[in-house]
Amino acid sequence: MAAPAGGLNRFYLILGGLAVAGAVVLGALALRKPPVSIPANAMVQVSDTSGFHGYYLGSDSAPITVTEYADYQCPACQEWYTVQFPTIEERLIQTGKVRWRYRDFPLDQLHPHALIAAHAAACADEQGKYWEMNHKIYSWEPRWPEQRDAIGTFSDYAKAVGLDLPKYGACMQSARYAGRIQASKSEGMAAGVPSTPTFLINGQLYSGGRSVHYDMLKAMLDSLAGGPAR
Amino acid sequence: MRTRMAAALLSLAGLFVSLYLYLYKLGYIGTLACGTGGCETVQFSTYSRFLGIDVPLLGLIGYTILLGLSVLALQQPGRVRWPGLLRLLAGGAAAFSIYLTYLELFVIHAICRWCVGSAVIALLLFIATLFMRVEAAPPPA
Repeated sequence: MAAPAGGLNRFYLILGGLAVAGAVVLGALALRKPPVSIPANAMVQVSDTSGFHGYYLGSDSAPITVTEYADYQCPACQEWYTVQFPTIEERLIQTGKVRWRYRDFPLDQLHPHALIAAHAAACADEQGKYWEMNHKIYSWEPRWPEQRDAIGTFSDYAKAVGLDLPKYGACMQSARYAGRIQASKSEGMAAGVPSTPTFLINGQLYSGGRSVHYDMLKAMLDSLAGGPAR
Repeated sequence: MRTRMAAALLSLAGLFVSLYLYLYKLGYIGTLACGTGGCETVQFSTYSRFLGIDVPLLGLIGYTILLGLSVLALQQPGRVRWPGLLRLLAGGAAAFSIYLTYLELFVIHAICRWCVGSAVIALLLFIATLFMRVEAAPPPA
């Protein structure tokens, strides 16, 4: 039976009211910016570690693989990165002599932004831009360790390296790599990492910002080759 | 007339579910109120796009068209074409939703409650269209 026009008008009013209410709820959800929080000591799931062993840079046929355990907010790590890494990257990694493996070792009790920084880099990895983001975060420009909330700076870095920002934002909100970061830290603890940065080369740990540098790695390569490496 | 009203209400509900999921996919909504923990897995799986288009966007477009047709069917109850068109589109939406639910259960192995909710809406919408009849126009006010 056909509804009278008055009944139909009432229905349209209800429909319109529901549409407005739905739009208001979704608008409020979209405008609300919940703080990004990456949990420490996250539960490690099998999916956090299966097939993932760290962030690699360089040829997999390089004679030496260096595993670095580091914290983005650790001053010694940042100094080492600024002073030593560019030479190592240019002369040893890009030439196929050394393969680099980066593992997160956030000292989150000392460094409040360390977990968020590590997670921002993991979200960049999701879009194939891990090392670009890693370089940006270690630039400390602007000095995000002194900021009350560094999430905005990391978003700027994400934009600068060309990430899809909505996807990056969703990744950060989800904290989906908290378990992976925890697994990385647990690996370092099991290996006996005492501080950051610490490097693992051929089963031996080298701790501190002055322990590993270009000359040291070159000498190691020379001894492996039985003479000075070119 | 009630089935047309039900179709309009269901289309509106489906539209908002799709919009919610699409806003999440775009990064405008932090976390989904999910409960199963599977929403994220589903939303970022390789099956979250169909023919290069985000599935929630497809839902948004589909439900918007269905809402428009439902309102037209209410406005013009004597026209034969609207119930037929609604039945066709709602049937397609229901079939696609069943396919997506199959993917969740047996391929992705994760359940997104919002997606299941959308599938139920699509199914109810299709059932509603099956009961639509061509009716006489309402008397003038």
